Amino acid sequence: MKSPIRLERRLKQPRWLNWAIPFISLLGALIVGAVVLLATGKNPLDVYWRILDRGFLSKRSITGTLRTATPLAFTGMCAAAAFRLGVINIGGEGQLYVGAVGAALVGLWLGGSVPVGITIIVMVVAGMLFGAMYASIVGVLRSQFNTNEIITSLMMNYIAGIILNYLIFNSRSYWRDPRSVGFPSGKPLDERAHWPSYELFGFGVSFGFLIAVVAAIVLWIIYKRSRLGFEIGIIADSPRAARYVGIRTKWTIVAVTAMSGALAGIGGASQVGDFAHYLDAKGLQLNNFGYTGIVVAALARLNPLGAILVAVLLGGLTNAGYSLQGPDFPSGLVGTLQGLILFTAVAGEILTKYRLRANRAASKAVTA
Amino acid sequence: MTNSAVRMTGVVKRFPGVVANDGVNFEVLKGEVHALLGENGAGKSTLSNILTGLYRPDEGTIELNGAPMSFASPKAALDAGIGMVHQHFRLVEPFTVAENVILGNQETPFLIDAESIIDRVNELAARYDMAVDPNAKIWQLSVGEQQRVEILKVLYRGAQVLILDEPTAVLTPIEADALFRTLRAMTAEGRTVIFISHKLDEVMSVSDRITVLRGGRTVGTVATMDTSTRELASMMVGRSVEFSRVVRRNPGVPADVVLSLSQVNCDDDRGRHALHDVSLTVGRGEIVGVAGVAGNGQRELAEVIAGMRSSTSGRIAVAGNEVPNGKARAAIAGGVAHVPEDRLHTGLAAGHSVEDNMALKNYRTPLLSKFGLLRRNVIATQASDLVTKYDVKTPDTATPVRLLSGGNVQKVLLAREFSTRPKVLMAASPTRGLDVGAIETVRGRLVEAADDGVGILLISEDLEEIMSLADRIVVIYEGRLVADMPAADATREQLGLLMGGAKMEASR
Repeated sequence: MKSPIRLERRLKQPRWLNWAIPFISLLGALIVGAVVLLATGKNPLDVYWRILDRGFLSKRSITGTLRTATPLAFTGMCAAAAFRLGVINIGGEGQLYVGAVGAALVGLWLGGSVPVGITIIVMVVAGMLFGAMYASIVGVLRSQFNTNEIITSLMMNYIAGIILNYLIFNSRSYWRDPRSVGFPSGKPLDERAHWPSYELFGFGVSFGFLIAVVAAIVLWIIYKRSRLGFEIGIIADSPRAARYVGIRTKWTIVAVTAMSGALAGIGGASQVGDFAHYLDAKGLQLNNFGYTGIVVAALARLNPLGAILVAVLLGGLTNAGYSLQGPDFPSGLVGTLQGLILFTAVAGEILTKYRLRANRAASKAVTA
Repeated sequence: MTNSAVRMTGVVKRFPGVVANDGVNFEVLKGEVHALLGENGAGKSTLSNILTGLYRPDEGTIELNGAPMSFASPKAALDAGIGMVHQHFRLVEPFTVAENVILGNQETPFLIDAESIIDRVNELAARYDMAVDPNAKIWQLSVGEQQRVEILKVLYRGAQVLILDEPTAVLTPIEADALFRTLRAMTAEGRTVIFISHKLDEVMSVSDRITVLRGGRTVGTVATMDTSTRELASMMVGRSVEFSRVVRRNPGVPADVVLSLSQVNCDDDRGRHALHDVSLTVGRGEIVGVAGVAGNGQRELAEVIAGMRSSTSGRIAVAGNEVPNGKARAAIAGGVAHVPEDRLHTGLAAGHSVEDNMALKNYRTPLLSKFGLLRRNVIATQASDLVTKYDVKTPDTATPVRLLSGGNVQKVLLAREFSTRPKVLMAASPTRGLDVGAIETVRGRLVEAADDGVGILLISEDLEEIMSLADRIVVIYEGRLVADMPAADATREQLGLLMGGAKMEASR
């Protein structure tokens, strides 16, 4: 029995598909989700309206969505940057922690003693450097010893988590608040080390989110227009061709892994500077920002600008999910809807590479 | 004749566009070492694949011990007693010798009796003088020992006819001698060995009879004691073919050296010594052909000159300036162009557009990039100019090169390499796999470049190509340049001998 439709590889991928497919996928998810909601006795239109409202429409909800989206945008770009080279850095989680440690260090040290602007810039740079250095361990191991970076970057996530716990819970470190006696917590930053937030079009935008947008644009230019981006593309396409033209593959792997870690590191710095205002060992580990970043990168097809959009979408869905949850709306149902949307988005990916064809022509040939 | 182990009569095997075997007759007697000799592409591999059931012949018959056979699969051939030892080993590295020996053997019971297998492996190994520890893991073994495991595998399955595909290609001379003793021990017991090779000396020393293939046909079968390397060489390459040498507008100037190698040594990817004290010069506008059977150091030679591989000693200079060791960018900047054998994955980035590939060598120049940013519009103009000039058939310059035909892929590569205005161009098998029209174009471009003063190093297995294009011919054998002669003085016969490892004096 022949399937009535078949997949046919597209020789060329039209540009409009990159935009159309995600929307069609989303529509598919909403339709399937509606069936689930109807089966559980809910009004799908009502639920969807609430998701839209709580996630994306009201001024307050947009502020919250952008806040949730900020770390995901960074970890998403972190994964995308490395994946483009074929280096599967799944260490965004740990690189984000370490970036937070670095930013908290200089924030605690400089906060109040030097001008606010300098404190904040140094915090951003420290987050980048700490994240970059932590990630470059993975890069060096990969380029010098051909170590599998999936394993090393994953292991280093656990190490980073242990470092966080040690600094706050298991030691009298510089980061720990000496006044916290019962439950240990991080030392609060001076107010003059808090990152600013801005009113744009009536909703609050954090400094960290603005950095994410700027970083995405810079990253996009690197990929599209720079020599480094060109070389990254050649290495990913054909390592032998890279050797043939003398591209420094090992150097590039270390540099790109460090760049990838730097992005996650700013994400960590933003958690400290924008939101928590202290090194929040528990809070950082609670949300799996780094792992969700891998999903963001995949959904954005490794496009940094796409990563921002996807991060906002996921941020909104997460926040809407929290507000939907209640006695009449189990959290499992929220998870189901979120899962459906992610699932169709990934499934839709295949349609950019292949197209559906009816198998009519083939069956005609058989009868003839 | 009842003494016949294998008899193949009128075997024809066609592939799209080629007839690999064109009426081959091949008979092997019981208890002999029978060498199958021929150049690459002569049809040796196809014939052995037919005999081992991997391919089915389009025409012709196969008889085993006088009875007609038709093998549906490699397993059927193995069950009938024909075993193959491949040039590239098919062993599972983390497994032990004994485990590899029983792998794929369907008679192995569900519960493996390790003791008896090890005993049997030991017994076979001792009988044929092949020292190997059945409990050793494959990755711990030397290449020679791994080959013994491959032989043990087919012996364990009870093979009476063993086919060895270029077994000495990976061996040291001492290991090769040990292998020859093993082969003798097997034939002494009545087993039959078919020995595939293109090395004349070893064929002379190991075999009882020799069948020579050329161009998919049997040239003849001779008894080893009645023949000579000279006769074999001329059978292998065919004599009396006259080539029309190309007419050159500007003859080369050998005295004006553009590329010189002195005493260059280097290792291959596995760390074995691949080039031995290679010294070579190419003059301005001169075409120097490097003749040799594949795998004798040609790839390493090209890579060392292109800076893709570091030499272990020796000096390389382009137009008098020494090129830093193992620096591809320096070699490119110094004026070395390189058309590698693997066009699509080494010479080009297959998934990238024609445009990007045209810029692969010069994207770092100020013309194409400024402040680390690419000037996309200039890159696009460069590509469309080259596409027009070199007549590349492509829908547009944004098309990935992997979608182009073989001839057009080579045109993209040549266009880019010539556009860098090189002093030296290395071309490795530049026409392999191309159709007749594309071959003409590519050869024409090479001659044109030489007329314009580019020194060309043409590395090729195709003797006809080398003899018709080159001004001077060097022969490479086992990483050494064994001859250097004006092309006008070279004969096919003599080159064939040298490529097969015969000494220069013997060839005179």
